[in-house]
Amino acid sequence: MVSAPSVKGLICPNCGAAITLRTGAQAQTVVCDNCHAVLDAKDPNLKILQKFDEKMTWRPEIPLGTRGTLKGDQYEAIGFQVRAIREDGVDYSWREYVLWNPYTGYRYLSEYDGHWNDIVVTTTPPTELSGGLASAVEFHGETFKHFQTARSTTVFILGEFPWQVKRGDRVRGRDFVSPPQMLSEEKTDQETTWSVGTYTTPQRIWEAFKLPGSPHEPRGVFENQPDDYAPAAKDLSALFGIFTLLLLVLLMGRMATAGNTKVFEESFQFRPGGGDSSALVTKVFPITGRTSNVEVDISADVSNSWAYFNLALINEGTGKAIDFGREVSYYFGSDADGSWSEGSSADRSFLPTVPAGNYFLRVQPEGPADVRRFLTYRIVLRRDVPRLTWFLIALALLAAVPLIAVFRAWGFETKRWKESDHPLVVTQAQAAAASDDDDDTEDSFKGAS
Amino acid sequence: MTGPTANCPGCGAKIDFRWSSAVQTTCPFCKSILVRHDVDLAKVGEVGDLPADQSPIQLGTTGTFQKRHFTVVGRILYEYERGGWNEWHLRLDDATSAWLSDAMAEYAVSRRADAADLPAAADMHVGESHRWDGRAYTAAALTNAHYRGVEGELPFETWNKHDVLFVDLDAQDGHFATIDYSDEPPTLYLGEYTEFDDLHMSNLRQIEGW
Repeated sequence: MVSAPSVKGLICPNCGAAITLRTGAQAQTVVCDNCHAVLDAKDPNLKILQKFDEKMTWRPEIPLGTRGTLKGDQYEAIGFQVRAIREDGVDYSWREYVLWNPYTGYRYLSEYDGHWNDIVVTTTPPTELSGGLASAVEFHGETFKHFQTARSTTVFILGEFPWQVKRGDRVRGRDFVSPPQMLSEEKTDQETTWSVGTYTTPQRIWEAFKLPGSPHEPRGVFENQPDDYAPAAKDLSALFGIFTLLLLVLLMGRMATAGNTKVFEESFQFRPGGGDSSALVTKVFPITGRTSNVEVDISADVSNSWAYFNLALINEGTGKAIDFGREVSYYFGSDADGSWSEGSSADRSFLPTVPAGNYFLRVQPEGPADVRRFLTYRIVLRRDVPRLTWFLIALALLAAVPLIAVFRAWGFETKRWKESDHPLVVTQAQAAAASDDDDDTEDSFKGAS
Repeated sequence: MTGPTANCPGCGAKIDFRWSSAVQTTCPFCKSILVRHDVDLAKVGEVGDLPADQSPIQLGTTGTFQKRHFTVVGRILYEYERGGWNEWHLRLDDATSAWLSDAMAEYAVSRRADAADLPAAADMHVGESHRWDGRAYTAAALTNAHYRGVEGELPFETWNKHDVLFVDLDAQDGHFATIDYSDEPPTLYLGEYTEFDDLHMSNLRQIEGW
């Protein structure tokens, strides 16, 4: 029977330090912890593939050898690599961890600006969807939108890997997103690999690996980061719909039951500048029904002049008066810009709560003293008139909440797509970069970040 | 569970077959490679020690694949340029056989399929598509491997084989095909990738530290 030692003791041919092979025969590349030389794990003498002569080193946040529980299985962090993309002269680097369980196999974690992804390789590549401006892929019935195509370079490695890797290795990657998941294609000359990443909070990683301290707060919005408020925004929109419907029902009810009856109509004349002599009191008229509004329409034959009316609606029985004043003014003419007009010869106002009873109006009209002719005016009162204004105000107030939610969601999506090949808002710098979009194949990375 | 029984011509130990159709087996006591001719066993060689590897599977491991119960009865360890992988020979509960491959903890189950006129090795190129059982497979890799070791009951003789050319074809939907060119005519295997947890295996090898 075969009994495999889980850890094999070996010596680094470069510096003599002990090398641990956690995955035994599965390791293809191993990096010396001490001198960072890249060694061929398949070679019995651990042939040196690459010596480390860079200045920049990185320290994994999950120390290699640490075990953590993900998706119910224990995994050990065995490999660490830093990869970078150069875009518009700026290097973006992220960190990747190789996790291993001798039974269930390999799993990966990636971290960029405090954003973590839990990644597994898939044996079923997605289907490419064509059509539309941005490409997309379908995977298990779900559409993933293209996010970015870029070449990345490995700038630092540590630990062991089940594949051959060294610093400077380049892969062409394509990312597709459907938060909280993302699909990544990595292409080398030899092979194409698809993997599925799931956005994971840093707290979850810290708990899983029992890491000391607290993680960095993620910065910005990551490509497959779910919008935590999106479900709430959806609920709000649904609520908005329900309330709008309710409001409409109320409005229709109001329209159907409103009396909307004319209770008074009469025309009068007055001579501006005539002082109190123009004041008058109307005949008594009944206003019936439940306490409701009264619409007051005043029209006057003003032209390039004005008239002002001091009014009082007086209850004959109680003597209670509702005092109000309205102005009717209408001016027009023409100048260099053409003809113009201002104001109107008609005015409408509402007295909100008028109880039933017998009423009369007291009217005191005023006008410009220089007008030599009589001004004619007409007053019409209507009882219980439904008003659209209240409905519109209520609607605006209701809509504010979902509108704010939509605006916030738009802001979130803008941030998400900012770093992608398809930004929602194109900045001048991006537009300039797009116009001289050259492949960055010749870029070299010096391990700086 | 009890299959035929015979005695090892090498050491006389009783050899219990788990699978009645086994053609070759190894004696767990004296490491003789035994080939069945009618009722007798003939010793054709001896197995060397298998190198240490990380597979959690061993002879006697049981599990289920697509609702069929299986027992691991044999094993071939193949090696190629960049490492090795195990093909575990499974006896299914309907007495047919299948293979569970374990390549660096990537698991797949395949069965021998009948296909007439398989393309000759010289005519196989990466990127070419072939259709079997209504599914299109694209050649992904040609691998030159060799037999590194065997254990237990197998459906064919391996003792006289050394090198083998495999052509792996991928159907892009989790299915794959492998053509084994170590025989004339070559043999086609059709299979599916699977997750470790989906095999519900028990009697696994205890891996130190895990």
